[in-house]
Amino acid sequence: MIFDVLIVGAGVSGSLIARKLSSYDLKTIVIDKENDAGNVTSMANSAIVHSGYDPVPGTLKAKLNVQGNKMFPKLCEDLDVHFEQIGSLTVAIYDDQIKLLSDLAIRSKENGVEVKLLSAEEVKKLEPNINPNVKGGLLAPSAGIVNPFTLTVHAMESAVDNGVTLHLGEEVLSIKKDGDVYVVKTTKDEYQAKVVINAAGVYSDKIHSMIEPVDYKVTARKGEYFVLDHYKEGLVNHVIFPLPSEKGKGILVSKTTSGNYIVGPSSEWSDDKEDLSTDKPTLDAVRKAATEMVPSIPFNQVIRTFSGNRPTPSTHDFVIGFAKKDNHFINVSGIESPGLASSPAIAEYVVNEFVSKVLSLKEKKDYKPALRKRINPSKLSVNERNALIKKDPDYGEIICNCEKVTLGEIKDELSRSVPPMSVKALKKRTRAGFGKCQGGFCQPLVIKILAEHFNVDMSKIKLDKDGSEICKYLTKEAK
Amino acid sequence: MINKKLVIIGGGSAGMASALEAYKQGVTDILILEKNDYLGGILNQCIHNGFGLHEFNEELTGPEFMSRFSKAVNDNHISYRLQSNVLGISKDKVVTYSNSYEGLVEVKAEAIILTTGCYERNAGAIQIAGDRPSGVYTAGQAQLYLNCYGYLVGKKVFILGSGDIGLIMARRMTLEGAKVLGVAELNPYSAGLNRNIVQCLQDFNIPLYLSHTVKEVKGKEGHLEKVVIAKVDEKFAFIPGTEVEFDVDTLLLSVGLIPNCDLLNNLPLSFSKTRGPVVSQDMETEIEGLFSAGNVLHVHDLVDYVVEEAREAANGAVKYLNGKLSHKGHIYDVKPGNGIGYVVPQKIYLEDANDKLVFKFRVAHPFKDINIFIKEGDNVVKKLFKPAIIPSEMEIVRVDKALFKGEAKEISVYVEERK
Repeated sequence: MIFDVLIVGAGVSGSLIARKLSSYDLKTIVIDKENDAGNVTSMANSAIVHSGYDPVPGTLKAKLNVQGNKMFPKLCEDLDVHFEQIGSLTVAIYDDQIKLLSDLAIRSKENGVEVKLLSAEEVKKLEPNINPNVKGGLLAPSAGIVNPFTLTVHAMESAVDNGVTLHLGEEVLSIKKDGDVYVVKTTKDEYQAKVVINAAGVYSDKIHSMIEPVDYKVTARKGEYFVLDHYKEGLVNHVIFPLPSEKGKGILVSKTTSGNYIVGPSSEWSDDKEDLSTDKPTLDAVRKAATEMVPSIPFNQVIRTFSGNRPTPSTHDFVIGFAKKDNHFINVSGIESPGLASSPAIAEYVVNEFVSKVLSLKEKKDYKPALRKRINPSKLSVNERNALIKKDPDYGEIICNCEKVTLGEIKDELSRSVPPMSVKALKKRTRAGFGKCQGGFCQPLVIKILAEHFNVDMSKIKLDKDGSEICKYLTKEAK
Repeated sequence: MINKKLVIIGGGSAGMASALEAYKQGVTDILILEKNDYLGGILNQCIHNGFGLHEFNEELTGPEFMSRFSKAVNDNHISYRLQSNVLGISKDKVVTYSNSYEGLVEVKAEAIILTTGCYERNAGAIQIAGDRPSGVYTAGQAQLYLNCYGYLVGKKVFILGSGDIGLIMARRMTLEGAKVLGVAELNPYSAGLNRNIVQCLQDFNIPLYLSHTVKEVKGKEGHLEKVVIAKVDEKFAFIPGTEVEFDVDTLLLSVGLIPNCDLLNNLPLSFSKTRGPVVSQDMETEIEGLFSAGNVLHVHDLVDYVVEEAREAANGAVKYLNGKLSHKGHIYDVKPGNGIGYVVPQKIYLEDANDKLVFKFRVAHPFKDINIFIKEGDNVVKKLFKPAIIPSEMEIVRVDKALFKGEAKEISVYVEERK
C-alpha cells in the first residue's frame, strides 16, 4: 500500500497536521519512535499559548504565532482541551527596562498583537504578589494557557478517528526516494508514501539529512522547570514574563490549566538530545530569577521538577517548506517556542501552502472535527453527577486521590483511538498520578486497571518506555 | 443531604480508634468514610511486627493490630463506607463523598474527625537531580507493591533517607532476595527508631551513610542505572570529591512524611509547622466541631500514639456534641521555643481542658543532657531532665492543669542544655 502522506513525528505539529490532512480524502500515516503522541517537546514545555508580540516581525514565528493564537479557542472546543485566555504580563523590575517595555509594545503593533502598557500601580492591582519594586508592565490579553498533553493526544485521536493510521514505537531509520514514492524504513517495517512530512522535533535535522545534505542544525536547548501544587488560587493571575533577552522569553511564572503553578524554563544548550535531566545549580538560578518577579513563590509546595528540550534551529526561525531537491518532502523543522502557540497555524500553512501543491485535496464528506466529549465529573452539579454515576458507577469511584480522577475517566481513555499504553500516558490524559503524592497511592491501582484492560500481568505494565516496568519480579510467595 | 452526628474521614487506625472511643462514650450515630476497599489504612501493608506494645502489651504485625480495631468496629455495628472518597468539607461541616454504589453523597455532620494520615515525600518534592527513569519509588510505594500485590520492584537497591519505612524496607527487600547496597541520610543522625537501625541495617550488614545524600540519579534508557551519593557539610552543601556511585535498579526514598490534609485547603484554617492544621487541647481545629488526629496532624513514631491521640480527638468531639466545649475563658497559644521542632497542640482553652494538659513535640536536632521546660509566660510550670533526646522520638509531657494560672498569653516549650 502506498500512503499519500507519511508524517514523521507525533508531536503537536505532526498531530495537528495529521488532523488537518484527515479532513481530506488522503491515506495518511504517522510514525513516531515514542510509545505515545506528544511525548517529547510537546509534553515538556511551558504550556503557554503566546500572544505573538515577541518574535521578530516578518518571521514565520511571528506570523504563525499570531495566527495560531487566534485558532485556539475553536480548536480547543473541538478537541475538548482546556484552554484559558488569562493574558500575559511582561514586567519591568528595573528603571532601565521601561524603555525595553515600550520597544516591545512597538514590536507588538508590528506583529498585529493587541497590548497595553501598564503603570506600576496598574500591574500591582492585577498582580498583588508581584515584586513591589515593579516599574511597569505590558499586558497581552490574548495569551493563554493550554493543556499541552491533551492538545496533542486529542489532535491525534481526532486524526485517527478520521482515518489516519498511527504507528507508535517505531523509529525511522532511513528515507529513500524510489521512483515516485519515498520508502521509509523503520525499526519495525517499511512504508511507501508519495509525500513525507518531517515533524521530528529535536531530530528534524537528522530526518531531513536522510534525503539531502542539510545546511542548518537543530540543537536541543534544555529548559528546566518547577511545578507547584494547586494549593491555592491567586499566586499569579496572568502568565508573568520578564523582559525577553537573547536567551528567549525568559523565566516565567504562571498557573497551569490544572490549577498548579509552573516556574521556568532555564535555557541551556545541550549536545545530547536525549538529556532531560535536571540539576540543582540550574534550578537554583530559575528560582532566583522567578523570585525577582514574584517574591512569595512558595517553593515548599514544589511537587516536581522536570526539563524539556526545545528543537532550536540555527536559522532562528521555523524551517517550514519543501526540501531543496524535492517538493514531495516537506520539512516542519526547528519548531521551538512559540511552537505550541503556532501549531494550529503551522498545520494550516503546511497543508495549504505545500501539501496542496503536490497532492490534490478533496474534502472528506464525513469528516468530524469534534471529538466524542469527555466527561469531567468535577465540572458537574451534584444532581448531574449522581445521574452519571447511576448510569455508569465507575464515575463514582475515585482512583487518584490527589487529582480526584475517577475510574470512569480512565476507562474512557482506554476506549479511545489513541489509548494510553503506559502509566505516564494515562497520567498525561487524566492527571492520575500528577498530584502531590506523585502516584504514591494510586500507581498500583492504575497498573492494575491497565493490566486488566490489556489482559496482561501487572509485571508487563510500563511506567513509560520499554524497560520501565514497575512490578518487575514476583515475590518468593507469589511465585 | 443526610445527617450524622459524627463523620470520621479516613478508616485507618486513627479513624477506627476515634470511632470506637466516641461509640464508647455514647455517640453511636457515626459514619466512617474510607477511600480504600478495606479498613485499616497503611497498616495493611506493614506486615512486620512491633505494633501494639503500648496498646495491647504485645508485639503484633500491622494487619493483626488493625484487625482488632476493625473487628471491634464491625462488632459494634459502627457504619462505614469503603471505596468512598471525600471530595470536600464545607465550613458548615457538610462532607461530600463519592463512591460507585451510592453516588455523590452530602452528609451534614454535627462533628467531624479528620484522620486522613500522611503521604510520603517523593522524588518530586525533594527535587532530585538527574534523569527521570523508572525505578525511583517511595519506600511505602515499594512496600505496597511487595506486601499487597506480590511484586518486587527491583533487585539492586539503594535507599535515600533513614526514615522507618526505608529501614523496614531495607530488611524486607533483603529477605526477598534483593541486594540493598546502602542507606544515605542527609543528617548526621538517623531519622528512624534505633531499634530499626539495629534490626534492619546492622543485622544485615547494610551500610548507613550519615551526612550523605543522592547527588544524581542516572538512567537514560528509561530505567534507573546508577545513583551517585556524596557527603554534605553542616549546611547540607555537597563536599566535592566525596561522590560514590552505585549500580542499582531501584532507589527507595524514605525522606519524610507530610500530613495529607488537602481537604482543609479551602477552609479558613491556619496550619502549624507540621503542615497539619492548628488544633486545641482537644484536637479541635479552628473550626468548631472539626477535629483531627493521627498522622494528618503530625507524624507519629508509633501507631499506639496515633490511637491515643485519636481517642483524645474523639473525647473532644463527644464533649463538643454534648455542649461541653465552651471555647470561653483563658486561651493560650502554645509555641515551640529553643531546640523544639514543633509542638501539638498549638492552642489551649484552659476552661475546656481535661485535668492533664498533654504536650507532644519533637526536638529540632539531637541533644544530650538537657532540661525540657514548659513555661507559662515567664513562669516555669514544668522542668524535666533528659539525658538524651532525638528528633525521631516524639516526646509526650503531661502537666496538671491546676499548675497553670490562666494569665499569660503564651505557653512555650523549649530545651536548655545543662551547664
